[in-house]
Amino acid sequence: MRKVLSHPLAWPAIALLVLLVVNVIAQPEFFHLRMQDGHLYGSLIDILRNGAPVLLVALGMTLVIATRGIDLSVGAIAAIAGAVACVRIAGSADESATSTAIAACALALAVCVVLGLWNGFLVAVLGIQPIIATLVLMTAGRGLAMLITDGQITTVHNSFFDKISAGYVLTIPLAIIVALAVLGLTAVLTRRTALGMLVEAVGINPEASRLAGVRSRTIIWTVYVFSAFCAGVAGLMIASNTNAADANNAGLWIELDAILAVVIGGTSLAGGRFSLTGTLLGAMFIATLAVTIPNIGIPSETNYLFKAVVVILVCLLQSPKARAALRIRRRVTPTPVSAPEKAAA
Amino acid sequence: MTQMDVQAPDEGAPREQPDAVITMEDISIAFGGVQALDGVSLRLFPGEVHALMGENGAGKSTLIKALTGVYSIDSGRIVVGGEEHLFSTPAESLAAGISTVYQEVNLVPNLTVAENMFLGREPRRLGGIDSRAMNRQARATLQRLGIDVDPASVLGEHPIAVQQLVAIARAVDVECRVLILDEPTSSLDAGEAEKLFDVMRRLREQGVAILFVSHFLEQVYEVADRMTILRNGRLVEERLVKDTPRLQLVKLMIGRELETLERLEKETATSTDRAERPVLTAVGISRRGSLEATDLELYEGEVIGIAGLLGSGRTELARLLFGADTADHGELRVRSTKRRFRSPRHAIDRKIAFTSENRRAEGVVEDLTVADNMLLALQASRGWLRPIPQGTRARLVKEYMEALDIRPADPNALMRNLSGGNQQKVLLARWLMTQPEVLILDEPTRGIDIGAKAQIQQLVSDLSDRGLSVIFISAELEEVLRLADRLVVMRDRRKIDERHNAGVTVSDVMEIIAGEATAEAAVAEQEESRA
Amino acid sequence: MTTTTATPTGSTWGRIRSYAPTSRYLPVLTTLALLIGMFGVGGIRYDGFADPQVVLNLFVDNAFLIMLAVGMTFVILTGGIDLSVGSVVALSTVIAAWTLEHGWPPVAAALAVLVVGTLLGTVTGLVIHYFDIQPFIATLAGMFLARGLCFLISVESIPIHDKTFFDIAANQITLPGGYTITPTVIVAVVAVAIAAWVLARTRFGRTVYAIGGNEASAMLMGLPVARTKVAVYAISGFCASVGGLLFSLYMLSGYSLHAVGMELDAIAAVVIGGTLLTGGRGYVVGSMLGVLVLGTIQTFISFDGTLSSWWTKIAIGSLLLVFVVIQRVMTRRQP
Repeated sequence: MRKVLSHPLAWPAIALLVLLVVNVIAQPEFFHLRMQDGHLYGSLIDILRNGAPVLLVALGMTLVIATRGIDLSVGAIAAIAGAVACVRIAGSADESATSTAIAACALALAVCVVLGLWNGFLVAVLGIQPIIATLVLMTAGRGLAMLITDGQITTVHNSFFDKISAGYVLTIPLAIIVALAVLGLTAVLTRRTALGMLVEAVGINPEASRLAGVRSRTIIWTVYVFSAFCAGVAGLMIASNTNAADANNAGLWIELDAILAVVIGGTSLAGGRFSLTGTLLGAMFIATLAVTIPNIGIPSETNYLFKAVVVILVCLLQSPKARAALRIRRRVTPTPVSAPEKAAA
Repeated sequence: MTQMDVQAPDEGAPREQPDAVITMEDISIAFGGVQALDGVSLRLFPGEVHALMGENGAGKSTLIKALTGVYSIDSGRIVVGGEEHLFSTPAESLAAGISTVYQEVNLVPNLTVAENMFLGREPRRLGGIDSRAMNRQARATLQRLGIDVDPASVLGEHPIAVQQLVAIARAVDVECRVLILDEPTSSLDAGEAEKLFDVMRRLREQGVAILFVSHFLEQVYEVADRMTILRNGRLVEERLVKDTPRLQLVKLMIGRELETLERLEKETATSTDRAERPVLTAVGISRRGSLEATDLELYEGEVIGIAGLLGSGRTELARLLFGADTADHGELRVRSTKRRFRSPRHAIDRKIAFTSENRRAEGVVEDLTVADNMLLALQASRGWLRPIPQGTRARLVKEYMEALDIRPADPNALMRNLSGGNQQKVLLARWLMTQPEVLILDEPTRGIDIGAKAQIQQLVSDLSDRGLSVIFISAELEEVLRLADRLVVMRDRRKIDERHNAGVTVSDVMEIIAGEATAEAAVAEQEESRA
Repeated sequence: MTTTTATPTGSTWGRIRSYAPTSRYLPVLTTLALLIGMFGVGGIRYDGFADPQVVLNLFVDNAFLIMLAVGMTFVILTGGIDLSVGSVVALSTVIAAWTLEHGWPPVAAALAVLVVGTLLGTVTGLVIHYFDIQPFIATLAGMFLARGLCFLISVESIPIHDKTFFDIAANQITLPGGYTITPTVIVAVVAVAIAAWVLARTRFGRTVYAIGGNEASAMLMGLPVARTKVAVYAISGFCASVGGLLFSLYMLSGYSLHAVGMELDAIAAVVIGGTLLTGGRGYVVGSMLGVLVLGTIQTFISFDGTLSSWWTKIAIGSLLLVFVVIQRVMTRRQP
């Protein structure tokens, strides 16, 4: 039992389970899935679908945080992605053509990659603190998105674009498939190449990594680009959901939810080891929380309160000082096996 | 102040001095199972500069931290001004009149000189800080110490040396009986250090007791009256500086470990052809504040041993050769092609490898697995897009784990759970995988058990037999002499001697390090007394 | 004590040197120059732009933001950040409106607001210092918490009908020359003056700078680091709640969705005002100038008429970039 509990993913998994159980108690048919017109429906599907954008953003954020960074600009980048795609579709000769939508999405993602390069340049080359460097784009980005849409909510009519959020493939909503595909892509990118290991090395011990010859500049630059790319996909999904680009509100505060998802998933804000599965659990936790609150009869606006509580709890669990305080009270936990090396002369 | 009329302790026998301002008796501190201090005593008298001497791990820092309340002692007594104290916080020690100035300037660079001196005790007028009065008082104190700096200027705009002096001014401006200077000179040049000594002498005249830690023997002989020598957490001796020849001091500091390791069967460098060009050449490389212009030539299959005390420039030289720091002047040649290393990456691409003396901060990546730690350098060379195939990974890791006898033999163990010796072997494996031509090892055997130590020494010897060129740095002279084909001795940030390691004894090296004309006589005496 | 009336060489020379624009004041002077430059350009391009009333209106329209920037300056000077201030403003408006709606006297309502804001800040500070949690994440929790409390009190916007509030809000103070300001401006300016004095002339203020310069050193120098760190977040919470009161006077309503993202404006103002985000350098007056720069950008856009509102954000972002890069270059030159 102790071994299970000491697994890094145990706590987020338990938290998610607790939420699900609460839901089932409040609403016994919570787990029911039904098939209608060849599409799956049900609360779980809704959670997955609604959680997809946050999951997408959080995946990129995970890598950024693992390098001791943070990316505040993802919400703005999502808005820009939606804006570019919608304006492009709305402005093309054949608005409803599939090829138009594909070209527009590709353009939007390309723009996001450029924005990621920009963030990476500020952080990796100029050496500006990540929180400030990405604050620049967080502030200016929404302005840029509005510039692109000319301040209007640009509505588009394109069945392919609509499908990104509303479509189904093999009875499962496309949004879920896209999110899981990006999750898979991230897993391959980090665990099948050496990116994951090098990201962790840079995050855990930057100086040792430098002396081992790791090109941390390239690594850091890469993760910001990837983060922007993920934000772009999320932005397209959000825009597709409403079939419109709302430069002001698309992806608003999604960066905070994403950071929250990463932190809940057990990746420390201090960088180092990261867990994509943890991030998945974290994102699902946030999406489930949003459903749970109205489900148990509390006004959904109080969602914020619960998030605050979760943030505080997770932080305390991760804080060595708070854990030490807890340990003194319990006296159960054995002392660490290795003696602390404070005697370095 | 009554301290003024106290007889200077270096005249007459200090042991008879009745009024030591600080007496530490039988201090012991253990961390975990490691005995950091074992029954160490120290006495400080008013109006003396007292040097605390010892190599790495001797216990100097621990002793100072016990005195300043950072560590609490396990046993022993600390008497300050006749009263027994038990310091548990730095503030208590400060209140007892003990001020400390550390190697890193512990001031805030963004405030002015005067503000730094008076932070927390600023003179006030009308409820607010009276900055005029503060500047005036600061100027008076600085003048008293002969420090020429404008109190209204921002501290960070001054060189480190001046900041160091300001730190001292702050320390002595509070009611200060004892001033601890913990390696204050390690980043100062000669002229700057001289200014510091002026200030120290003035303070001595004013009756302050100064505890001085420095790795530069010259400086100790220039400014200190008495010294206490520590080794491996034990007190070696308390001595008058003027009665202690340098050679003797070096011997006391370094000591001799009974050699339990069998002598390695070493093939001398004669097996390689010296006519060929060196693998790595340094011509006059230097870096301000860490190394004076130094030349070095490293040939194929050769082991160069670098001997020297801490702070002699041995580590600094290694870091410049590897591009961990960049040289201000001079040039590097790899196989006679001129190269410029702006980062370790460049050196690694030229097949140079380096393990830092600071294994924990600059070597291991604690939260990664043993396998990842081993493969880090090789993978970094390939870039993230070309991962090492799983099969190759497993094979390489297994191969090196067996070859170097790394325990536990579990590639997925976390690096933090390995012992120091095994961590060091993993780091060696990390570099050997990149198939380097030059291997620079800075204190590879420090703090590891005797078995692992012997294994690493054997490995170095084997590698050089196979044609690898090695630069081996160690504070243990026996070890250096056992492995080196050629010996380089460093002192005060420069190379002072270089010779073939044929018939060189530890005493010879100590003599060179001590740098005394009369050293030979002392050696003879020493040999005699041993026989 | 013999008071030397300044040895002629030492002190005079010293004073001359300190009056040369040292790098300490350079960022603030840059911001001031920027502000004057903007007014110069505006005055040439648009009629009535350079009118003193336009300047005064900057204060009138941004009094609450000045309050936030004042509190944020304290926090950023210690090297921290406070993301919760926007939410605290919203919470303050909601508390004010709700208490007034329930018949509390205006003074009691205002006190309730101040107590809640300060308390929230204090708790955040305690968590940051004693549990060693990054300010970013701790104040993020504070941000969620304050917004959540808003919704808990009321989801709908609550109008303020209280007579006292109305009178203060409608009150115009006429300055010589016929120019007018509101009482809120006086609150904000007084706050800036007090904060500037505290930072420059008290031990607490110097400790704030010392922590931002090097927290470990400050600790070793025996300064009350813990107390000071908690205090700056309490001050930030207090300033945010005062800002919330000013904002409720400005909007005459309490609403959970007021002041969304205002913390970013406050941070931007502080950075543009020349305060180093890593802490230790900057001035409250600079932050006030930063707020005025942000206000001027908006004034520009409203005077122009052809420029769209989004240029505000782009301009703020660009200014932020310029100042951050300047800061980076400046700190890199430090030995």
